[in-house]
Amino acid sequence: MRISGRYARRQEGAGVTVAVDTAASDRMAIDMESGITPSKWQRRKTRFGFLGSYTVIYLGFIYLPVLLIPLFSLNDALYVAFPIRDFTLDWYREMFAHENMLAALKNSVKVGLSAAFISTVLGLLAAKAFTRYRIPGAAGLIGFLSIPLVIPLIILGIALLIVLSRSGIELSLFTITLGHVVYCLPFAMFILMSRLEGFDKSVEEASLDLGENAWMTFWRITFPITLPGIIASLLLTFTISFDEFLLAFFLAGDELTLPIYIWSQLRFPKKLPSVLALGTMILTATFIMVTAAELIRRRGTGISSPGIR
Amino acid sequence: MVKPYPSSKPGFLRQALARTEWLRGYLLLSPTFLILLAAMAAPIVVLIGMSLWTQSGMEFDKTLTTANYENFFSKRLYPLILMRSLKISAVVALTTILLAYPAAYFIAFKVKKHKMLWLTLITLPFWTSYLLRVFSWKLILGYNGVINSGLKFLGVIEQPLEFLLYNVTAVVITLAHAWAAFAILPIYVSLEKIDRSLMDASHDLGEGPVMTFFRVTLPLSMPGVIAATLLVFIPTVGDYVTPKLVGGNTGIMIGNLIQSAFGRGADWPMGAAISVVSMLAVTLAVCVFLAGTRGVRKVLA
Repeated sequence: MRISGRYARRQEGAGVTVAVDTAASDRMAIDMESGITPSKWQRRKTRFGFLGSYTVIYLGFIYLPVLLIPLFSLNDALYVAFPIRDFTLDWYREMFAHENMLAALKNSVKVGLSAAFISTVLGLLAAKAFTRYRIPGAAGLIGFLSIPLVIPLIILGIALLIVLSRSGIELSLFTITLGHVVYCLPFAMFILMSRLEGFDKSVEEASLDLGENAWMTFWRITFPITLPGIIASLLLTFTISFDEFLLAFFLAGDELTLPIYIWSQLRFPKKLPSVLALGTMILTATFIMVTAAELIRRRGTGISSPGIR
Repeated sequence: MVKPYPSSKPGFLRQALARTEWLRGYLLLSPTFLILLAAMAAPIVVLIGMSLWTQSGMEFDKTLTTANYENFFSKRLYPLILMRSLKISAVVALTTILLAYPAAYFIAFKVKKHKMLWLTLITLPFWTSYLLRVFSWKLILGYNGVINSGLKFLGVIEQPLEFLLYNVTAVVITLAHAWAAFAILPIYVSLEKIDRSLMDASHDLGEGPVMTFFRVTLPLSMPGVIAATLLVFIPTVGDYVTPKLVGGNTGIMIGNLIQSAFGRGADWPMGAAISVVSMLAVTLAVCVFLAGTRGVRKVLA
């Protein structure tokens, strides 16, 4: 599948395979085939060595702070400190007793679902426009649509806050959703663009040639092929919105989302353990969703469903 | 359903659409474009407009003036904190890239099977709550935190170390952790794109691994390094959560000033002016950086 377009030249007689390709996976296949590594450069690569050890330490640096949260959510003591004397599940029980927390959770889910749905639909339209049509100034437009990725969120937040308050729109869950849609859009667009770039345009053209109209072609060809990308986009944009704090902080009215609730609780040392318990639940849910998104996105590209190259 | 020879107005439109590809493209793009125009571009224009107003009591004085900008540059505090924010973000970008580069290099060149697994593993934590990730550094570095209580428990120290939290270093460590994925991914992608035969060629021509890295691999991965720099530098300049939680007084950044102008201080026009100056400063810094890297690459080439 991936070998097409890249070359692997086999020198007959000597039985040595010389790889001239760029993809690591192709080279690997050749390595295993001949049992001889193609070059000294590549032979050096087989060692785990210094870089491997460094990467494992680096992984430790990345995971340590994240894993401390579940660890101390089970800690019997009020303070986050070693040694941990005893473990308990009390903080989880206490957490569910907070009505404000449950309300904030519900709000976050509402905002997350709406933001995920809207940004994925808008991202799909943009991705289809960029991958299917030759548009004058496409590079500039893609640049414009990815500004939310690089602009400091605090500036986006206050700019929206000013416009909303000047036009007399009251802050609510709706305004948070609006902010999140802007922020999630480039993520959705890029996920869907990479998905749409991967499939054969001629299938759509064939459908149109065979007399289906554009709408039916979309439903029967484009949509099923894009579906894994759509699901991945929905899951990831939901996760982004669900965890987003800064925009929500500026754009929230009376109803709070979960990150704002957590922020308000961080000031009280006594509430800390139940915040950690809540954090653990959020971490677990996020891990599951992101892993699912990744699996769906990749499984989608791996399977040779019709039209995928 | 499709009228073959439409004469009515919508038919005319349909014909035009069928003929011109770019028109269909633009039409498809328009909802997304308009939303971003209305909810991102227009608000930033309004923000710039408001920075020219002034606050008088609870009302806005709408006469256009540069008073807020004069105020910004006449007080020492504002430029000082803006410069500090730029410096912190530059150090953060550098640290993040230095830490991430070897890991990205390892995955791109040394890992043969399960590359995606490694990548997913290394970026997974960054999808989880930013707030919680930053907060857990406060728990780690705090006076009675994980490091101090751990070292005390082990008998290494008698008194908790006070220099861990509430300073610039704490901000840098926390941000280098929080933004790692934005450095790893672009660097990995640019490393993965490098044609392996170039490295073989360098080796065959007698260059050692170190020289091969500096003369072939590193220059070819520069697009990824530059993208990583921008993706880490630009958003961190305006960060509010990290300096607030772990920065203390010496770690205050420009985002905290902007927030306070919109919160308790309630001087929106001034806050808008601070935002505009910050945006301009970031843009200027980015331009200088890009020009600098272009110059360096020309010298190398």
